[in-house]
Amino acid sequence: MSGNEAVARGAYEAGVLWASAYPGTPSTEILENTAKYKEIHSQWSNNEKVALETACGASIGGERAFAAMKHVGLNVAADPLMTIAYEGVNGGLVVITADDPGCHSSQNEQDNRNYATLGKVLMLEPSDSQECKDMFKLAFEMSERFDMVVLFRMTTRVCHSKSIVELGERQEPKIKKYVSDKMKFAMLPASARLRHIAIEENLEKARAYAETSPLNIVEYNGDNKVGIITSGISYQHCREAFGDTVSYLKLGITNPLADNLIKEFCEKCETVHVVEEGDGYLEIGVRHLKLDCTGKELITCQGELTAEIVKTSLTEAKSEPTYDFPQLKDIPARPPVFCAGCPHRGFFYSMSKFRDKVVGMGDIGCYGLGWQEPFNCEETCVCMDAGTSTTIGMANALKNQDDTRKPLGFQGDSTFFHGGFTGFIDAVHYNTNAILCILDNDITAMTGHQLNAANDTGLMGEPVHKLNVTDMIYATGIDKDRVAVVDPMNQAEMDGALKHAIETDGLQVIVTKYPCALLKWDIQQRAGRHCVIDADKCVGCKMCMKVACPALAFDDGKAHIADPAACTGCGLCMQNCKVGAITKVGE
Amino acid sequence: MANGKNIILVGVGGQGTILTTKILSAGLTELGYDVKMSEIHGMSQRGGTVTTQLKYGDKVYAPNIGDGEADVIVGFEKSEAARAIPYLRIGGTVIADEREIYSMPVLTGAAEYPHGILDDLKKTVGEDHVKVIDAFAKAEELGNTRVQNIVLLGALVKVLGIEGIDWVELVGKMVPAKVRDLNIEAYKQGFAMV
Repeated sequence: MSGNEAVARGAYEAGVLWASAYPGTPSTEILENTAKYKEIHSQWSNNEKVALETACGASIGGERAFAAMKHVGLNVAADPLMTIAYEGVNGGLVVITADDPGCHSSQNEQDNRNYATLGKVLMLEPSDSQECKDMFKLAFEMSERFDMVVLFRMTTRVCHSKSIVELGERQEPKIKKYVSDKMKFAMLPASARLRHIAIEENLEKARAYAETSPLNIVEYNGDNKVGIITSGISYQHCREAFGDTVSYLKLGITNPLADNLIKEFCEKCETVHVVEEGDGYLEIGVRHLKLDCTGKELITCQGELTAEIVKTSLTEAKSEPTYDFPQLKDIPARPPVFCAGCPHRGFFYSMSKFRDKVVGMGDIGCYGLGWQEPFNCEETCVCMDAGTSTTIGMANALKNQDDTRKPLGFQGDSTFFHGGFTGFIDAVHYNTNAILCILDNDITAMTGHQLNAANDTGLMGEPVHKLNVTDMIYATGIDKDRVAVVDPMNQAEMDGALKHAIETDGLQVIVTKYPCALLKWDIQQRAGRHCVIDADKCVGCKMCMKVACPALAFDDGKAHIADPAACTGCGLCMQNCKVGAITKVGE
Repeated sequence: MANGKNIILVGVGGQGTILTTKILSAGLTELGYDVKMSEIHGMSQRGGTVTTQLKYGDKVYAPNIGDGEADVIVGFEKSEAARAIPYLRIGGTVIADEREIYSMPVLTGAAEYPHGILDDLKKTVGEDHVKVIDAFAKAEELGNTRVQNIVLLGALVKVLGIEGIDWVELVGKMVPAKVRDLNIEAYKQGFAMV
């Protein structure tokens, strides 16, 4: 099982009744797997804050519940987290943060363990799939026992590595009856001041528990010359690097820290190294106790660790030798690209024709690939939803320096639901001089096709009410003349809409409507459709290649469809062909 | 790591590297090994390089493989096999498919595809350590290019010398029923190719 599958299994065994999440790599498969257990109500939320708040409601109501998100998602959910921490729980409540050291699929490498101390919540860190399952189960017991929210901190290699897991039985869920308790669940100054006292007490009780908890493992080896304090995946790297030659203090509970256990370990070992990915989080805990250790001066805070990095950082050992292969530099890069038939290609190809007239501002989604050659359309990308709101400030800055370009924000339907709509309301309210484009492809595509509010089916297959992006835009009361709904694959239509939006003052909105090329129901509908290029007619002008479609290739002075199975017959390349060499078949 | 190996499978999104790794893990587990596999999802699925790493042995701790630590690299695409070379242990083996898939810089003419890269590779790591297999062509010949991955799996099982279980049965069990016979044939053909 992967760590994500194991967490879902742990939820099942723990008798969890509520699971919510917003998709985000590397956390996405957690909810996809809980949905396979019909006993757990699993649903996608529009964003991480909503996911946590819905889980919080279930917990106050008396059910065991959890919310899952990627590390940057917890920034969105930080607001409820900080106050739920004061309230504590009724049914056990766990928040999963899946951090991404190495930025495999993220915009930063933030270390969310820092949220545990900031929020004064319990924190557990598993290091493999078995621990993911067992510790997740225990997290609910601890949450209820100490009346605290538990932050369950995973990292990419824990989420996406597979190892053998022994399964257990499901514990029958015990719903705790909901009893109104305003002083605990309604945080106002009067109640919050008192709850702050309670959480400090609960933290100390949890600290005492951590001193003897089996989740904190001490292993003395050799003559205790070297001791390593570590947690999560870093423990596995250390074991791989040093085996039984050093002593270990592997912390499964990383907030609150078992101070006495740490002191005892440091006293017994001659030299203590703290080995952790990301920040010197444990190191600060150890140094706070005025104990000697090494930490971030030896182990990098950047990227993922490997056994090799740990070994070469702490000892004189040299890296494994490798082959010197000079031709390596001649291998062309293989950047991710828009899929054949992707509607974003139509949008960005059109936008690239107006590049000098706009400032392209995006955010998080497949459309982030508009950053690359040959489109070069994304000049800024901060976080989810920013594609809308950053244009508002940019419009002011451009105006103040007499720059006539117009900010052009773009985001997908899922991001629009996530929080883009909130910024959108501001843009309408203040009539920002910007162009806002919603690239509506009917799905949350980037993370692997999770259903969102634009779909009529829920995660568990249940029928749900479907929302419409365009209706939401009209609901703001915006003048309908300012809104264009276009087919991005129709370049005349797309170009026309952009040109009009650039030339017209004030807020202009463009909604591109076209399904993601990987949607199953769309694939079925278009089965057999693809383009063909008549080699006799092709003059080799390469105009079709400008749309940068992976289904096209150019050899011996002629363009051809390299992969008819990949070509969706979207017809974008066809519109660029001046000699009519490209036609669609199979319609 | 005692009694085990580190394997890297590398290809382009959609080539079936992950299913191959799953079958391989299941087989190695059946053989009594501790197994860990690690895969990276996300943007790489959009036509980028896809890498899965698998480690097996008596006991495996870290799931990921560092530079110079891979015993075998399986390249589902020629240039991707070569790109993974920094991972190869001195004396390790490369199984590379002849298949060429052009990335966007090649398609747009901004870069040139290194058609002769496997010959260069042979010069660097030694003729005997690069097993070039035309798995894609074999799959095409079998009537479905999608079984390229299982042809490569057959070759890999042979190279690793882990024939101790009924791989044919396992492959049959782990692929969709309607393409079972085709996959079993692909496995057998791949096994015979090295």
